[in-house]
Amino acid sequence: MPRDTIVLLGVNHKTTPLEIREKMALSGGYEEPLQALGAIRGLKEYYLLSTCNRVEVIYTTASPEETRRDVLEFLFGRAVPAADLERYVYHFEDEEAVEHLFMVASSLDSMIVGEAQILGQLKEAYRYASGQKTSGLILNKLLHKSFFVAKRVRTETRIGASAVSISYAAVELARKIFGRLDDKSVMLIGAGEMAELAAEHLVGQGVAGVVVANRTLERAVKLARRFNGRAVSLDEVVEQLEQVDIIISSTGATGTILSKKDVRPVMRERRNSPLFFIDIAVPRDLDQDINDLDNVYLYDIDDLQNVVEMNKSERDREAVKAERIVHEETLKFGSWLDNMEVTPTIVELRRQGEEICRVEIEKTLARLSDLSPKQQRSIEKMASAIVSRMLHNPMQYLKDGNGNSKCVNRQERINTVRELFRLDNGNSDRSGNDA
Amino acid sequence: MSYLLFQVSLVVYFIAMSVYVVFFVSQNNRLRPIARRVFLAAAVLHTLNIAARYFEAGHTPITSQHETVSFFAWAIAWGYLSFRWRYTVKNFGTFASILTVILMCIAALASREMLPLVPALQSWWLPFHASVSIVADGFLALACIGGIMYLLQEREIKQKRFGIFYSRLPSLEALDKLNHHCLTVGFPLLTLGIISGSVWAKQAWGAYWHWDPKETWSLITWFLYAALVHLRFTVGWRGRPAAIMTIIAFAAVLFTLWGVNYLLGGIHTYAT
Repeated sequence: MPRDTIVLLGVNHKTTPLEIREKMALSGGYEEPLQALGAIRGLKEYYLLSTCNRVEVIYTTASPEETRRDVLEFLFGRAVPAADLERYVYHFEDEEAVEHLFMVASSLDSMIVGEAQILGQLKEAYRYASGQKTSGLILNKLLHKSFFVAKRVRTETRIGASAVSISYAAVELARKIFGRLDDKSVMLIGAGEMAELAAEHLVGQGVAGVVVANRTLERAVKLARRFNGRAVSLDEVVEQLEQVDIIISSTGATGTILSKKDVRPVMRERRNSPLFFIDIAVPRDLDQDINDLDNVYLYDIDDLQNVVEMNKSERDREAVKAERIVHEETLKFGSWLDNMEVTPTIVELRRQGEEICRVEIEKTLARLSDLSPKQQRSIEKMASAIVSRMLHNPMQYLKDGNGNSKCVNRQERINTVRELFRLDNGNSDRSGNDA
Repeated sequence: MSYLLFQVSLVVYFIAMSVYVVFFVSQNNRLRPIARRVFLAAAVLHTLNIAARYFEAGHTPITSQHETVSFFAWAIAWGYLSFRWRYTVKNFGTFASILTVILMCIAALASREMLPLVPALQSWWLPFHASVSIVADGFLALACIGGIMYLLQEREIKQKRFGIFYSRLPSLEALDKLNHHCLTVGFPLLTLGIISGSVWAKQAWGAYWHWDPKETWSLITWFLYAALVHLRFTVGWRGRPAAIMTIIAFAAVLFTLWGVNYLLGGIHTYAT
């Protein structure tokens, strides 16, 4: 009676292009797909995770080969022709599946390594699975363990501490300058894609207002609407400096559009509250001398790139540590699983022993009727002591197979013990064995 | 008894500082609450030390060099804790505990003799004037620490070269706010200290103001802080210039506290 296999099937940003991921993402929540998965024969426990960067399903089954086809067909069949599935979908079993899940939970498999969002998404996905009771003993343990691993990685390494994309670096710098961002506002000069991305991050971090200044007002209005902000023309930029705190500039202009002497008088109007300029245009939009003003900080694309590089090297060092933790925890989980495998046998063995003990004691005590209660207890004690000492060595043999049985694999050891004690035939009716 | 308490509190301060420094370097978050508790314990012991000395000497123990510096350290420790209680400034404790330990060491080196009070000091004004002035100095010291932290952080952000401080110090905004808070507590206390001193001078020496070097220097200090507070409130002066000014003004505080006694003398010098 071998243990069920843990199977993980999925696609992520590394294996699959965005067009295909888009088609796979489950937009309608988890309830329906989980129910549909339940209809597939052979799945015992299952759980489903869907984020914008990945779709993964984990399940336990006694017949991995057959179920795999059905699950693939169900999850990805609509989006991908069967021939391409092998190319996009990764497939892990047991230890590898566990390790992969731990990597995902600790954000080591994320597009932006170290970002914290994934853990929340994982927990939500698990909440649905446990709510619908599709996860059982093994998956519950596995997912709780993955949360634990993620927490360990977060506290023991500094993997989440550094910003490794330009827009993240900009947000991090803004935090170091302003502390709180929720009472600050940002102005985009030029409505390029990079500026949009950076603004998106800033808004995600709670920036209060967005102003968009662009050459063509139409585009400005469109972008402003997206962020619930307002649009202004390029001529109003200097005036706007009095009200905004972070400026992201990305126009296609050939010359500079703001110089030190434009900014200096603004600082007086602002009562010196800090200004943070981010110039991601090439060629640059902003005069470098602006950085010399007190309480004004100017970063261009190269400066930000340096921050990113610095953080990347730190993150890579931390990732090594984090992977060590994941590996360690995978091994621990593996040994828990292995013990799971022998547990039913141990339970049956013990039950058989107790049964024999009980029957023999009854027989004996029926004949020795003139014993005092104390003597009766002594006999009971002796009988159960004999049984447990007899069973001690077989149990040890099952559990860790130390000594000379080390080379015998676990399944064989289980078979040996079951055969020796006739666990699978003689008294199967009583032990509820399903083999 | 009071000396034993002093030594114990010095040792405990030192342990707290060590934990804070290890926390600063390793950024291991588990150490932070430990450091804080140890520091709090040290501050409590220090309070007991000062109380014990009060009973042993029979007067407020802020007359000799040892007592003054020890009280100064005490004011910084509790000033820090009072801020810590209201809001957190990352790694402020590291700097505050280092300064506290330095001052405690200076106090330990000074003579601990308990001198009888000269007649001029035998007044109820002594505890009030001296303690208010030194508690003011404590807050101004914290403002100075905030200024130093601001400059360290500002330099790394401005020059775009990120060293050990960038990730360890809080945001510029938080440091500037710290500076602001310390000043708004320290400056009124400083003012109160000078006024109470002046009233006491009228009682003891017959005139409100003597232009004794200590008085002159505390007036200079007061003007520096007054200018700083004024600029902050009216034109929104802040950031680097404000931080530099805070440090310069605190240098004036230190000179008033020590430099005057050694270099200029005057009637304010009672014991060294």
